[in-house]
Amino acid sequence: MKELEYPFDPDYILRKKKAIRRQLLERPDIKYIDKKIAILGGSTTSDIRQILELFLLDYGIRPEFWESEYNKFFEDAVFGNEELDAFAPDLVFVHTTTRNIISFPRAGQSPEEVDALLDAEYLRFEKVWQSLEVRYGCTVIQNNFEMPYFRLLGNSDATDIHGRVNFISRLNGRFHDYARAHGSFFINDINYVSAEYGIKRWADPGDWYRYKYALSVSAIPDFAFNLAHIIKAIYGKNKKAIALDMDNTLWGGIVGDDGPENIHIGHEDAVSELYTEFQQYVKAHKDIGILLTVASKNDEENALAGLNRPDSTLKPDDFIVIKANWENKDRNIVATAQEINIGADSFVFVDDNPMERGLVSGNIPGISVPEVGAPETYIETMDRNGYFEVTGLSEEDLKRGEMYKANIERAKTQGAFDNYEDYLKSLEMQAEIGPFAPVYMERIAELTNKSNQFNLTTKRCSRAEIEAFAADPKYITRYGRLEDKFGDNGVVAVSFGHEEDEDRAKVFIMDLWLMSCRVLKRGMEYAMMDEFVNECRSRGVSKIRGCYYPTAKNKMVREFYKDQGFDKVSEDEEGNSFWELDLSKPYESRNIAIKVN
Amino acid sequence: MTREEVFAKLNEVFRDVFDDEDIVVTDETTAADIEDWDSLEHINLLVAIERSFDIKFTMGETTGMKNVGEMADKIMAHLG
Repeated sequence: MKELEYPFDPDYILRKKKAIRRQLLERPDIKYIDKKIAILGGSTTSDIRQILELFLLDYGIRPEFWESEYNKFFEDAVFGNEELDAFAPDLVFVHTTTRNIISFPRAGQSPEEVDALLDAEYLRFEKVWQSLEVRYGCTVIQNNFEMPYFRLLGNSDATDIHGRVNFISRLNGRFHDYARAHGSFFINDINYVSAEYGIKRWADPGDWYRYKYALSVSAIPDFAFNLAHIIKAIYGKNKKAIALDMDNTLWGGIVGDDGPENIHIGHEDAVSELYTEFQQYVKAHKDIGILLTVASKNDEENALAGLNRPDSTLKPDDFIVIKANWENKDRNIVATAQEINIGADSFVFVDDNPMERGLVSGNIPGISVPEVGAPETYIETMDRNGYFEVTGLSEEDLKRGEMYKANIERAKTQGAFDNYEDYLKSLEMQAEIGPFAPVYMERIAELTNKSNQFNLTTKRCSRAEIEAFAADPKYITRYGRLEDKFGDNGVVAVSFGHEEDEDRAKVFIMDLWLMSCRVLKRGMEYAMMDEFVNECRSRGVSKIRGCYYPTAKNKMVREFYKDQGFDKVSEDEEGNSFWELDLSKPYESRNIAIKVN
Repeated sequence: MTREEVFAKLNEVFRDVFDDEDIVVTDETTAADIEDWDSLEHINLLVAIERSFDIKFTMGETTGMKNVGEMADKIMAHLG
């Protein structure tokens, strides 16, 4: 919803929040993921909950909330709360601020005394996080601290150990260290957001003393938007690719009219430098696993000539796909999405032309189209929208671009074979399949949250849940990593399930089965099933049960269990189907081209 | 701005904040007359009023408003 994208009007959101909520819930055909979010507050959280809900609904996440009593974050986490236990949160958000720091240093205290104060503050919070970890083992998001709105020591507040600015900076450093060491713990960086908003306007002592809001009520939309970015990233709602216009987006001028020698890029003048900074910003997205593509109305020759200028930061090779032609841009983006096998809704489309933006956002549901203004606002507008919020960079993220390129190479060689089986054999595929291993936990959790198409149950899991399944002897977990002569695809298949006793026999229930679309039709799912059948047999399991829950995106696996030799047991009105494989009967491996382990 | 104009604008704010197109506020309207008007929504209401009239209530003012009539008086005082 445009009203909830940056640049938004915070007053409008606050005033119309009930109507906005109604409109969000009235949208047809939204497949929400449901999440239980506990807010443990050190100050009033009512509006934070309500505005956060709007942003999450907009991202396709339907939250159920539980709020602690006023300023009971410590007690609820450390001593426990039955209500919270019963709620069983998927995620806990600890909303504390500089108002919750108990003791600040005073001038005259020794360095040892100040260190002791710092330890005491830090350990109080660490205790909250450790208690939450033990009690719920769930994802935790914690605010860091905003800078104070006054400075007793003036500029020395930053450098002197007795200054609040210094004390808060050191405390934030310790919080950040904890976040780096804990995969399921994230910092909501209100230190940054409050600075961006304006520290003076953020800290509204009136709102604190009247309502016990630790930040100005007017700042809540900015605050909640930033927090929602982390939550949607955790639950796999990040964007994956950027589709870029060229003329007046990547450089100043029109390459087809002006000629490549006359466009503004490089360092010759102010406008060129501005576009160069934008190109650098775009290019840096490759390093965090974002795919770059072009959707430009141009002759391809001219488009390439622009990118091939020696002073152009972005080169043709930086893009996975370049569509420079005279087709409508929405069609070009849909075609690009099909070529690289991701959803068109996982694109961010950047274009200086409002007509093109309108066309694309009108015809591709779910795509993000930032309302960029003048070129000097491009970076800010893209950045504040948090499309690619990073919640941990896996090895996969860093190599993603190369892998998609290798896939396009594979597609080319396929044409040389008459027979698909021969093609598969020519790939010299080698799989590594094993129980969930610590090095892959990040990637496994990421896949459960990002895979939509080849996904039988679309069960979303946090890293903490994945680790718990891996440790539970009732569970069988398997990841699959696939390599071939074109390169390593990384971890592309994830499945797990659990044993249950039934009529004195053991049955195995498949809870999740997914595969990255990167390796469709390579037979990886058959190699994975072999592993499950072997492991189940060795555990004395008599039957494997699987189910298919339809979503808007997973039609390709409707007949998955049939292809794997399962019998259909039943199907209900919503299309949920239930399947069974009898292990007392002979099982025939369907894997023809993959060597395992 | 006349008192009538202040009331017309106030009415819009009330309708937006409580998402109810049927609300008509008068001098005597109090929190008891509007279903969702609790202490938390009161905060939203004040912020929305401040924004739409481009004024800022002092802390003292916000604690002493008994009904919409008094609210309108305070707004008129700010508008000068």
